[in-house]
Amino acid sequence: MISFGLTEEQELVRDAMREFGAQVLRAAARDADETESVPDAVLDQTWELGLLSTQLPESVGGQGEARSPVTNVIALEALAYGDPALAIAATQPASFAFPILDQGTEDQKKRYLPLFCGDKFHAAALAFVEPTPVFDVATVKTSAEPKGDTFLLSGTKNFVPLGDRSSHFLVIARNTASADEGAAALDAFIVASDAKGVVVSAQEKNLGMRALPTHTVSLENVEVAAADRLGGEEGCDVSQIVANARTGLAATMVGLSHAVMDYAVPYAKERKAFGEFIAQKQAIAFMLSDMAVEIDATRWLTWKAASQLEQGLDPVKAAHQARAYAAEQTMKIADNGLQVLGGHGYIREHPVELWYRQARTLSVLEGVASL
Amino acid sequence: MIDFTLSENDQKLLAYVRSEALVARKYAREYDENEHEFPPDELPEKDEYPGLGSVMGGRTEEDTTMATLSMLTSMGTFWGDYSVRIRQGRGALGNAALGAAGTDEQKMKFGNMVLAMAITEPGCGSDPSQVQTTAVLDGDEWVINGEKIFVTTGCRADGVVVWATLDRSAGRAGIKSFLIEKGAPGFVVAHKEKKLGIRADDTAAYVFTDCRIPRGNLLGGNESVEPKKGSGGFKGVMKTFNMTRPGVAAMGLGMSRAAIDFTRDLLREAGHDVDTYGGGVGSQTAVVERFQRLETMQEAAELTVLRAAWLSDKGQPNNREASISKAKGGASVRLITQGCIDLLGPIGASREHLLEKWFRDVRITDIYEGTQQIQHLIIARDILGYGRAELS
Repeated sequence: MISFGLTEEQELVRDAMREFGAQVLRAAARDADETESVPDAVLDQTWELGLLSTQLPESVGGQGEARSPVTNVIALEALAYGDPALAIAATQPASFAFPILDQGTEDQKKRYLPLFCGDKFHAAALAFVEPTPVFDVATVKTSAEPKGDTFLLSGTKNFVPLGDRSSHFLVIARNTASADEGAAALDAFIVASDAKGVVVSAQEKNLGMRALPTHTVSLENVEVAAADRLGGEEGCDVSQIVANARTGLAATMVGLSHAVMDYAVPYAKERKAFGEFIAQKQAIAFMLSDMAVEIDATRWLTWKAASQLEQGLDPVKAAHQARAYAAEQTMKIADNGLQVLGGHGYIREHPVELWYRQARTLSVLEGVASL
Repeated sequence: MIDFTLSENDQKLLAYVRSEALVARKYAREYDENEHEFPPDELPEKDEYPGLGSVMGGRTEEDTTMATLSMLTSMGTFWGDYSVRIRQGRGALGNAALGAAGTDEQKMKFGNMVLAMAITEPGCGSDPSQVQTTAVLDGDEWVINGEKIFVTTGCRADGVVVWATLDRSAGRAGIKSFLIEKGAPGFVVAHKEKKLGIRADDTAAYVFTDCRIPRGNLLGGNESVEPKKGSGGFKGVMKTFNMTRPGVAAMGLGMSRAAIDFTRDLLREAGHDVDTYGGGVGSQTAVVERFQRLETMQEAAELTVLRAAWLSDKGQPNNREASISKAKGGASVRLITQGCIDLLGPIGASREHLLEKWFRDVRITDIYEGTQQIQHLIIARDILGYGRAELS
């Protein structure tokens, strides 16, 4: 049955994350962007919310609640409303842990998931993006060559969130032994960041999302045990990882768009020109109403993708649609938000210029995941 | 719980709707090319389609709720052809107004008629508070004088709900709705419009010259011209639109969905892999990328319609969402049908196929029952907390 109804628990999560996002993340966002770093206090405070560990099984030390992609997009949107960069930084470990939970062998779950059930934030990242023009998830070049009981990984990954402090990476690579082409030939490998041949370079300098430190990770003939191929001998379905990542990115962009609208609306009601508030002019008012329309449209596409994931239906199409649509609309909304503020949108005193840069960065990201 | 799947009952019902719609599609071109003809009330194949009741079955809590379901059935119906609407005259806008605001007596008397709705005049469209048609009480009768245009289904309807003012100085509070039957003295159907699309649906112009109707035909029965708070008066009438707006968007989206499906089939035959989602800029052709963008837009617009209806099912206010769905739907169906023709080239523009007809038919979606710009006014006022005085 078609329903847009949140459960009581989801309403609680939304409200709590909204408040946390507004109070903790929004308050730290500008400084974190200027210093291009994420404060430990933010990571730890977000960790205490237990967003990840509650959804990990009791057998590995988690609280054993069902993993809910729908609840996760609701939480993520609310956190991103506070600040998208900090929201992704603080939920970064999920980009490593959830694929293992979803597709890992029992042995892999036992070995790696307990890392995320402690009191402190523990970083581990999905390493997917590659530094090539027109990168998309189907054009991954990093290779994994089977050799005896191991795989040899070679290639370069960039935009790896918190790459310098991650204990492990989940590296997406092309299995050279695979007869498939495109995304079907991809596999995921669990790689320790101190493994021989792994080099994590200095922090990348990005246009936006600066509060999310990212790193280039290069791999040169890195030996990975076959037991660390996600899913073991069966391998895994990378399209599921992609669908999760895309759905999360879409939710992040909805949160960002909503933040822009909620900032531009009161501004337009205070700013006067030619004897009336600019919000009273259709040229401005219609930019704002268009934001309301597209935020709704994007959110429902995101919810649909999340519910496909949750119900075990093929999520590829819905997740693709949600991310692609969110990317287009978020860029437009941030762009118009800046325009409503005029010169004030251009200076760093207001958050709109920050959101504008974040929107440009977020909307081209593929293969970056969080909750 | 958030859910976008259809129950078995839902699926059965929608399969029936689509199958009937596909039959109706056979006659789509005929009534487009012959604008002067009216499609008969019933399909020649009517015996195979005994009505929705035959497949409704016992609805359970697993099934989609009624207003939301009606959006899905409407999309399914219009996916077949616009003319199906004509065959379902009881759903005309005047009937919606009667259902929302009529007294029990009026519902008894007019409930079995197809009722058009006459609001627009030669000098007023989107701003109905400027209505010039007058109603004057004379003994036990109202005397109606004025002109109405763009009356949808106005030729075929048995009667009409007419907006007229009792007192121009009272502004919006003076505007009332009147139930007028065909054949009332002084009521003339002046002519039938010739249109870009939706040609199977007639559009009439009316003239009322000292047209006399019983006093009891004032819809809802309230003769006061004092401004009322809440759901009474003008606002009450405007509320009629909170469900019809998503409904109109659903109609347009049914047709644009047909355009998408037709385009997909032809592109597929030509070897374009339009069904494989998941690639990005590095691995998709321009054709596939453009097609998938159109389909995504369709999906997004449909969801705003379902959302507006779902709120109504839950008894929650949906004024903003109704306008969002109409603004989004109206804008999307234009771009989608234009884009489909773009992808197919001259084949898309040929009258050998229905795509060019859908392109013409959907264009009205963004105009009638409130243009996209009127919807944006409503949405903007809502998010800004403004009334008409602050934002006009």
